[in-house]
Amino acid sequence: MAELVYEWESLESKIKTTLREAAEKLPKRIYEELIDKLKRTCQEYGLTPEEATKIIYNVVREYELSMIEPGEPVGTVAAQSIGEPGTQMTLRTFHYAGMREFNVTLGLPRFIEVVDARREPSTPIMYIYLDEEHRYDENKAKEVARRIEFTRVVNVASEVSIDLINMRIIVRLDPVMLEDKGVTVEQVKKVLEKLKLGNVESDPSDPLVLYINLPPTESFSLIDLQKKKDKVLNAKIKGIRKIRRVIIQSMVNEEGKTEYFLVTEGSNLPDVLEVPGVDPRRVYTNNIHEIEEVLGIEAARLALIREMKDVLEEQGLDVDIRHLMLVADIMTQTGRVRQIGRHGVSGEKPSPLARAAFEMTTQNLFDAAARGETDKLLGVTETVIAGGILRMGTGMVVVSMNPATLIKGTQKSGSEQG
Amino acid sequence: MAKQKKFNILEHELVPEHEIVPPEEAVKILKELGIAPHQLPWIRVTDPVARAIGAKPGDVIRIRRKSPTSGETIAYRYVVGY
Repeated sequence: MAELVYEWESLESKIKTTLREAAEKLPKRIYEELIDKLKRTCQEYGLTPEEATKIIYNVVREYELSMIEPGEPVGTVAAQSIGEPGTQMTLRTFHYAGMREFNVTLGLPRFIEVVDARREPSTPIMYIYLDEEHRYDENKAKEVARRIEFTRVVNVASEVSIDLINMRIIVRLDPVMLEDKGVTVEQVKKVLEKLKLGNVESDPSDPLVLYINLPPTESFSLIDLQKKKDKVLNAKIKGIRKIRRVIIQSMVNEEGKTEYFLVTEGSNLPDVLEVPGVDPRRVYTNNIHEIEEVLGIEAARLALIREMKDVLEEQGLDVDIRHLMLVADIMTQTGRVRQIGRHGVSGEKPSPLARAAFEMTTQNLFDAAARGETDKLLGVTETVIAGGILRMGTGMVVVSMNPATLIKGTQKSGSEQG
Repeated sequence: MAKQKKFNILEHELVPEHEIVPPEEAVKILKELGIAPHQLPWIRVTDPVARAIGAKPGDVIRIRRKSPTSGETIAYRYVVGY
């Protein structure tokens, strides 16, 4: 019997080759856990190198046994594993669920949005985390929020009207809104001047009233004036396009400090990344298409997984993340986000029979016939239709024969008989 | 507002580490996997990350993904030009 070793370093050096082999075969996390547990056992109870080798060998063996078998229909399993809890989802929430001050699409409608790879989610939302300087101070967070929130004249004006007698547009500003949005009268004045509708002046008695004197023209129509008024109302003062509302939220971060972050209604990833005060590394949006465009296909894959996981978790459904990872892998396989459906994964299958079995049966068959397509009957769907043996599971195994050895064999047995 | 330089997307938490695999190594990897390059998942040349690391069509990119199930996994993508 070999000596018990209590020193991890000396045990490690004795089983070096076994460890290296295990590191190659095991995923990082399992390997780290194995090392951690071996180390603790060794220091507490002692281990002989033989025992340690045996443990490592068994862990590797268990890991290999737990891996999926070749020929396992993982796609079908994933579809069923997501589909079954999905039926419960329909019953629970259908459309909007009041969450904080926002309306967020959750449940089945949101899940459908994700797998359909829609360009715009019905409720785009961004989570914007702030940099070191603005993270811990509510006022500084508010400062960044004001920079982001899209503010137009209409948001700060209490009244915009047309004065037909003096041919001018009157803009009356709301002091409460100005304060809330952090806009000064001067800023508004500048914006109005930029519109080039006419010269802008403030009312001598009331600084909150601005007049835009329209240049005198021979002919004018009311429609024309109305258009000019709309132009004034929609003039951008500051902020980022498409971000309609910003709300400041706080949470306790890993360091145990209260951190402020912003949640926005509307999404515009490329522009928000460049806003000062924002920590661009952690900005997140639920618009997967935007992520694909700005951060690439791998980021889109992660966002897809995160969105699907969040929807299912929020509904209290327990679906293994590997199924979601498979779905995301298939959706991002061609380098862009494809939907699971007619215009994506299912519609691009090479087999016309598989496509016909999915949706628009006659249309697909007609098109396939017109194009002169052939079906090689390799996939599951086609094989079921044709009544063949599925090429999955045990059906993957094919007997093949090498004619050369056969000839040699008959000659041998022939000579033995003779 | 102070002007700051454009944010490097490779630093974003959603973007895993991408790296171009040298051709000799790529051939070895494909042989080990027993597949042709087009059978790998694709990444477009126009993909922001592919552009950032200067990948060309025909390259194989190695991606070190942080995986919730196994800690870290390595995936490959084939750069396609469309």
